[in-house]
Amino acid sequence: MGDAVAIATGVVKRFEGLAAPALDGVSITIPTGGVTGLVGPDGAGKTTLIRILAGLMAADEGDIEVLGQAPGEDLADLGYMPQRFGLYEDLSVEQNLNLYAEMRALPDDEREKTFERLLSFTDLARFRERLAGQLSGGMKQKLGLACALVKRPRLLLLDEPGVGVDPISRRELWAMVQELTADEDYGGMGVLWSTAYLDEAEKCDRVYLLNEGKLLFDGDPSELTGSVADRVVRLTGFEQRRRRLLTEMLDREGVIDGTIQGRSVRLLLDEPDRLAGESGFQLEPATPRFEDGFIERLGGGPKGTSQLAEAYRTVAGDDGKAIVAKGLTKTFGDFTAASDVSFEVPYGTIFGLLGPNGAGKSTTFKMLCGLLTPTDGEGAVAGHDLRTSGGKARAALGYMAQKFSLYGDLSVAQNLDFFAGAYGLTRSGAKEAIARVVDVFELGDVMKTNAGTLPLGFKQRLALAAAVMHEPSVLFLDEPTSGVDPVTRREFWTHINGLVEKGVAVLVTTHFMEEAEYCDQITLIYRSQQIASGTPDDLKQQAADMAELDDPTMEDTFIAMIEASDATREAGEAAA
Amino acid sequence: MSALRAITIKEIWALLRDPKSRIVLVIPPLLQLVIFSFASTLEVKNVDVGVLDRSTGTASVEIVNRLAGSRNIGTIQRLRSHEDLAEAIDRQEVIAALVIEPDFDRAFASGKPTQVGVVLDGRRSNAAQIVGGYLQQIVADAGASVRGTERAPPVVVAINWFNPNLDYIWFNLPSLIVVIVSVAGLSITAQTVARERELGTFDQLMVSPLSVREILIGKMVPPFLVGFLNATVYLVVAQVVFGVPFTGSVLLFYLGLIAYLMALIGVGMFVSALSMTQQQAFLGSFVATVPVILLSGFASPIGNMPQWLQIITYANPARYFLEISLGQFLKAQPAAVVLGELWPLVLIAAVTLAAAAWLFRARME
Repeated sequence: MGDAVAIATGVVKRFEGLAAPALDGVSITIPTGGVTGLVGPDGAGKTTLIRILAGLMAADEGDIEVLGQAPGEDLADLGYMPQRFGLYEDLSVEQNLNLYAEMRALPDDEREKTFERLLSFTDLARFRERLAGQLSGGMKQKLGLACALVKRPRLLLLDEPGVGVDPISRRELWAMVQELTADEDYGGMGVLWSTAYLDEAEKCDRVYLLNEGKLLFDGDPSELTGSVADRVVRLTGFEQRRRRLLTEMLDREGVIDGTIQGRSVRLLLDEPDRLAGESGFQLEPATPRFEDGFIERLGGGPKGTSQLAEAYRTVAGDDGKAIVAKGLTKTFGDFTAASDVSFEVPYGTIFGLLGPNGAGKSTTFKMLCGLLTPTDGEGAVAGHDLRTSGGKARAALGYMAQKFSLYGDLSVAQNLDFFAGAYGLTRSGAKEAIARVVDVFELGDVMKTNAGTLPLGFKQRLALAAAVMHEPSVLFLDEPTSGVDPVTRREFWTHINGLVEKGVAVLVTTHFMEEAEYCDQITLIYRSQQIASGTPDDLKQQAADMAELDDPTMEDTFIAMIEASDATREAGEAAA
Repeated sequence: MSALRAITIKEIWALLRDPKSRIVLVIPPLLQLVIFSFASTLEVKNVDVGVLDRSTGTASVEIVNRLAGSRNIGTIQRLRSHEDLAEAIDRQEVIAALVIEPDFDRAFASGKPTQVGVVLDGRRSNAAQIVGGYLQQIVADAGASVRGTERAPPVVVAINWFNPNLDYIWFNLPSLIVVIVSVAGLSITAQTVARERELGTFDQLMVSPLSVREILIGKMVPPFLVGFLNATVYLVVAQVVFGVPFTGSVLLFYLGLIAYLMALIGVGMFVSALSMTQQQAFLGSFVATVPVILLSGFASPIGNMPQWLQIITYANPARYFLEISLGQFLKAQPAAVVLGELWPLVLIAAVTLAAAAWLFRARME
């Protein structure tokens, strides 16, 4: 056992009030050196397992050995970074480090050297005096990491360091941890990196895939991707609308999963040559991903036809624009949160607002759904001017927020009743609408359950149900599927795609690159400005030309564009 | 209309289904009923008194006997010296001590003016003051009976109007209605907006077509109903269980209650619009509740407050409702007098509600 820093076998943990155990017989080994990934959607049990390993929580069953002892015994050699930064927001970067050095009893004479090394390593040396609360999300996580590394730990537990962090910072964090494991000073350190981003899983040395407290897979991530290797294909060059093609394909026998990727459709098949010889499209092999394997383990994605969309009214597809933003600007004091944002969204399309946290995409989104009053500029939703007829505009839109934002203490039925009433449905109309969504989303068995105690997948369905009961012509989605498992996410997008085919316009904010692929048009907002707009394929092409990338992913595109914008701005500042 | 009904029902469910707020609904009213009506009676009964009798003649013995016979006085502690007395008061064994000097009986017998000393524990000034009154009366009675009928001293006969037996329950329960309505009304209203902010449902609510007016009205209904219900229960319990007479008009009482609840809800909504979390709202409602109750005239008479504080009490809605509640219970206050208390209440309600609506709009962004 000399080369494992932590071993746990058969860990079970139950929480009061929840029927299913949070962890159900999970075994994990964290070897010395290298990064072990703990991967799974929200609610899978990742945080529970990490807290048990850190000695903060006792397991109900199972044998656990951390650094050769019971968990919680050898804390001197343990580095732990909790999900919500364990930082003191009202202390400066240096004071935070000092505090952790005190707590970890770092000798005084080593302190300055250690700080310098950590600050240059995390690139925070410039911000020594800044209050931790004023750092960006990415910098906070880096500081959190530095604090966990004050004393060289032998086991480093990182609980979702990528949450709330834009793709650039996420990459930087990953590179830092990677560098650590290669560093001789940290020789033999074992790292456990937990994440809900499946693309991060591919980069780990070994992966533990958790779902609903159960271990679905453990081993080298390439094993899982390898299992689907020649069954992932891309369809291009078809005549039909891509959403219609995806729907048709998903309804077919032998298609396990499918997503939209710019103008093409990406499918996971049960046999490599399932579609061989068919016409109407070109078939080319695509790179398999960890997520494909995950979906297959979960039993495949949902079928393509959305019952919700089938029953939905057809939104009059006249030439009017569903959403119009003209020079939208918002300032808070002397801070400009969004500057001169303009775009139009026709009916029957999806429009994506992309950008790092705090860049201004949420501000723009909130102005358009009436939560913020623009300082300057105009906006209209479904033909209603936001300034003069905000109430009518709000009645025409459906809204779904990133965090589950229905009433947790109310039952499912009470939530639906409320939203039906709030959107002015008549008594009989409400009854009908509720019956419809209950049927589509299979909520019948949970009508009396408190919404707050539902499993995540059901919460997601309930939130969408509440948003579409009044059959709005415009849907606003604020990071709708961050943290949910891929099958639930597919299910969600199946409905959205179906609704869009019925003429509904969708505005979505996301920093989840896969969601961006579903969009017809995207605008990238950075430092309150629109730095790029176009279709996903256009943007990828632009990024490919700009950064000389070959077949960039959406995430590569995002990063290339932001880096280019930074470079232009810095050049401008240098010239001035 | 359906939207207003929907949010009202939702707010009521939100209140009833949240375990924390269910506790707020039940525990404080019960606790206060018990504490205020039994434990904190302002009446002084069963007090222990010390006697330092250095005379021991007929008159002084009569005084001590009368003392022992008084229904307000529990035990009598015989003291032997001034040191004894000082110690008994110091240790709070007695709240007051009677000092009868050695020449008392001689002087009394010869018809000279006599004095009996009373030492009171000033630390418990309210109770001591009342006991002082009892002692004075007992000594005077004793003196009169010893002297016989030949020269009866003038006797003061005090009749306490509205509360002839000075039963403190009579004062307490009508005041308690004000306290309980204030606590429930403020704490429940203060949570409403803050709860939505903390749980992240606020944005979802604000993008619905519900107007700000509908949202505010929907949020005002539950605290209003709770306050109304609490007051009604107390109104009945005070009469049926505690036998407090209700001499006025139920209609006028409820008019006052409604105006008072509106004023309170305005204050609570203001606190709630200001708070980002439920904890802030809780602290905020506490900060508001204490002065509302202390400056109402319940804990100490407004007339005893310094002038500047008396002026401030005019802004306190509880002041007027306390007057109305006591007036309707004990004084059969006529409508004209109630109106005099009612219009300031309506004015305050208009101001607090307008301020709450303004702040709610201002804090939407």
